[in-house]
Formats: sequence, structure tokens, C-alpha cells
Amino acid sequence: MSEKPHIAKITKIVRETPSIKTYYLDYAMEAKPGQFAMVWLPGIDEKPFTLTAVGKECAITAQCKGKFTNAMCKLKEGDKLGIRGPYGNGFDTDSVKNACIVAGGCGAAPILLLAEHLQANNIETTIVLGARTGDECLFKEKLGKTTEKVFITTDDGSLGEKGFTTGILDRLLKEKTIDMVFCCGPEPMMKAVYAVCEKENVKCQLNLERWMRCGFGVCGACALGKFLVCKDGPVFTGEQLKGIEDFGKKAMLKSGKVVSTKEFGEWRQE
Amino acid sequence: MLETNFAGIKMRNPTVLASGILGTGSDLMQRVVEEGGAGAVTMKSIGPEERMGHANPSVIEWEHGMLNAVGLPSPGYENMEEEWEGLSKRNYPLIASIYGASIEEFVLVAKNVAKKKPEAIEINISCPNTKEHGQIFGVNEDASIEVVSAVKKEIGDISLIAKLTPQAYNIAAIAAACEKAGANAICAINTVAGMVIDIDARRPVLFNRFGGVSGPAIKPVGIKCVYQIFDAVKIPILGMGGISNGRDAIEFIQAGATTVGIGSGVLYSGFDVFKKVCNEMENWMKANKVESLEEIRGVAHG
Repeated sequence: MSEKPHIAKITKIVRETPSIKTYYLDYAMEAKPGQFAMVWLPGIDEKPFTLTAVGKECAITAQCKGKFTNAMCKLKEGDKLGIRGPYGNGFDTDSVKNACIVAGGCGAAPILLLAEHLQANNIETTIVLGARTGDECLFKEKLGKTTEKVFITTDDGSLGEKGFTTGILDRLLKEKTIDMVFCCGPEPMMKAVYAVCEKENVKCQLNLERWMRCGFGVCGACALGKFLVCKDGPVFTGEQLKGIEDFGKKAMLKSGKVVSTKEFGEWRQE
Repeated sequence: MLETNFAGIKMRNPTVLASGILGTGSDLMQRVVEEGGAGAVTMKSIGPEERMGHANPSVIEWEHGMLNAVGLPSPGYENMEEEWEGLSKRNYPLIASIYGASIEEFVLVAKNVAKKKPEAIEINISCPNTKEHGQIFGVNEDASIEVVSAVKKEIGDISLIAKLTPQAYNIAAIAAACEKAGANAICAINTVAGMVIDIDARRPVLFNRFGGVSGPAIKPVGIKCVYQIFDAVKIPILGMGGISNGRDAIEFIQAGATTVGIGSGVLYSGFDVFKKVCNEMENWMKANKVESLEEIRGVAHG
């Protein structure tokens, strides 16, 4: 595998929510759930995206919200983009018997392949899906096909329960049947999920995000404590994150300057 | 067997993490030493102010090496207090790389970085992918003398390493000029300017269009430069360019290097490339009845 982008054609674009679309490519990629690819828009930029379909036609899913993703949103079927990967470790589902997946916002993207994988392996799964509004609740139908147990929370109460995913997770973990929590979403949410799992003494795996350059573990742009999110992650276990002070608190800008995750999040929206 | 004294710095082995690779955080650098086995670590180049660097793609791999135009991102020397706090607990030799667009900027950064007491300061006068920094000094003897002597005046006892570019047509003369101006060591080579075009996209892959080539492709360039510099100076050389195994490292030592830098090698062999290189060096030395690197340093000049 050479870590150079391959130019691929967009074969199909599926609108998932008013602001989120999935792009299917005529490019084959095999990957574990949670692994990601670097997507190149020539002349604009290159950014990491989790894979939402693998096999003969891989796919990525993006929300139109910044300079890069807005440019992506303008692409049409038949247009081309560059892709390289897969990178990172992905989720580890070995020896999991009863899983709970917690996803918030775009965090549902890496969850789709995971839920499909758990279903294919007959692993009991409960999904807690959080979104700002019912309209923006990503993959609710697709995830609903993988398990009957799907709980939805929205900030405005327009779908499911009004409130946060952690409230439901707390209730589920008290039932003492779940042995692994998989999570992806905004970092404050993941930190809260991590805390609930810690309190209830249940193992967890969190799919984290940091700004990236190389994607293959060389440049150090995505450092989180002693870890590289691109290579050691993007999925980390609760145990790994125990001594990592910056988790949920700090992240590096493109310059390497360390700022609060809040400031990092605002910068990422640009 | 591999203990090395480099410009007054005692190292457990001659491997050095090259600047621009993994050197972004103190915990990560600690891991490069503990898990990876590096003898010393170079930080990502520090500049006078916050700088974002180039857009992506800024680091790619191609068939025979890597190509990067990261573009000297830096928090700026004023925004690194936490980083220095973490580094103050280190138990390994630290090389702080610095850059500037003028003598004044080099001096400003050097003065402030020197207060943090790294074991050495490496001046990057050889970056191939920004317009105004670095290489403009490293291809000119007079400019090299000016920047080295100005920085050396600011940093006192801290060792000064001048990192040179193979783009200079007379790299040995530049090295000699740096030595004359007070440099304590030479680091060679920085990446070689290059470009990769994606023929399907019909444009260069790097956002910056061109960048610096590193990895196996440039090893012969590095060897030749170190060989020539060894003839031109008495100060030690930190040799680098495409080192990913013990034989590569021995080759640089035979050309005249005292220590060996590893950067792209992390891509090919992972974090513990340093351990691997050291083990392979020791095995070669044992098989060839060589007891210390002194015995073979510059031996290819015979």
C-alpha cells in the first residue's frame, strides 16, 4: 500500500439528513469499523473521514459545515476525489457479548459499520443515538435495521427522548448486562460516556478525533498525550485514556498550539 | 558499544529522532525514547510566532520515499509553556530546532528557547518548502556565517547544530563556514526538493505543489553530503537521509557521521525503529569485530 491518494469517481450520492450526505466511490477498500480514510479535494485540502461502507464501493459520509465539507457538498455523481487508506485501528469486537453503542451527531458515521458488524456476528446490541433534532439524526433507519433496541435522544425533543445520551446509558448500564460500550460523538459527550462507564465499571471504546496531516503515524499533528490518534487510535479504550490529561480537555491546532477542546471545536467549524 | 559523545552531549546510542517527525508533544517524545529507543530527540521546528503551515495534502508516501510540505507549522515560541513544563522532566538529550525568516527572528527565537535549556539548538537553515525561511541562508556561505554567529552569541554553552540542505551546490563549504562561525555540529541532510504529480488528478499531490523528499530515495544524496562535509570540518556530523536499518546507519558512520537521524524510517518500521537500528548496528559490529563506532567513523575515506 502506497500512502498516496487514488483518484476515484463518485458513483452515488445519498442524502442522509438535510445537512449530511454519503458519497459512494468506484474504489474498493476493506476496513474494520472505525477505520478511516484521508479524502482529497485537489486544490482545497485533505481530511480524515470514517468509512461508512466498505468492499467494492467504499463510502464516506460528511456534513456540510466548513470550507472543505461545503466544497464536498457541491460535488455531483460522476465527479472525482482522491482517497487513501484505510488508516487507524478500528473497534475491537472480540469477546464482546452484549454491546451498547452511544453515538452523537456525526458520531453516528463510524457506528454504522460497527452495528452491521455486531449484527453479522450475532452480538446483542443496544444503540443510543443522540442528535440536535430529529431531522438531523443520522442513520436512524439504517441503524434500526441492525437491532430492535434503538433509543433516540434529541436536544429539542423533536424525536425520541429530550435530553442527553448519557442519561439513557446510565440506566442501561445499571441493568448489568452490557459488557462493552462503543462510543463516537463530540468530545464532551465522549468524556461523559467515559465517566459513566468508569462509575459503572463497564469497559468502553471511544472513537476520538484530532486534526491530522499524514494519517499514518509520522508527523505528530494528531498527538494526544503519548498517543497518535491516526495510528494508535482513532479508537481508544477507557483504560488507555485513564492517564491522558488532555482527553476531553485539550487539543492541538494546525500550528501545534495546544488549546481547549472548546476552542479546537470552534476552529474546526471554520 | 553504542554510547556516543556528540558535541558535548552524552548519548546512550547514536540514533536521533529527526525534526518534524513526532516531535510535537513532550509525552510523545518521552515515548520515542522509552518505547522507541532513541538516543536523543529533536523537537518540531520552533518559529517566532504562531504559524499554521500548509494545507493538506502536506505529507504523502510515494513508491520510494516520503514527500512533505508541512510548511513549518509552529505554535510560536511564546505559546509553548506547557510543552516546556513537560519537557523539563525529561531524562534524555533534547535538541530544539528553530527557524526564522531573518537573522533577527533566528536570534529572537534562539534567545528564548535557550532559556529552556535544551542540550542543543538546531538551526533549520534548510527548509525546502517555504519561500522566506531557512534555505535562503543554507545555500550561501556568508549568510550561514551571519546566522550561525548571531545565534551562537545568544545561546552560550548550548551546542549549536546547523542543519544543511543538499540544495547547496557546495554543502562542504557551507559546513566549513558554519564551523568557522561557531557551530558545534553539522546536521545533514534536510529533505531534497521534489514534486509528485497525480496524473489522474492532473496536478501535484501536495497542496504546496512541491516539497521535500525523504526516505530511501535520498540515502545516496545524504551519504555523499556527509562524506564531503567530513573532509571539510572537524566538528561532528549528525547524518541523516533514508536511514531505516542498521546497515544504513553504519553506512552514514563510515561516511563520517557521529550520530544518525531517523525520520521517515518511522513510517517503514514504526516507533521502535531506533531500537531496531541499534540492534542491527550491534550485530554488524559483533560480526565484524568492531568494538566502537570510533573504529569505523569515516573509514570509507581511506
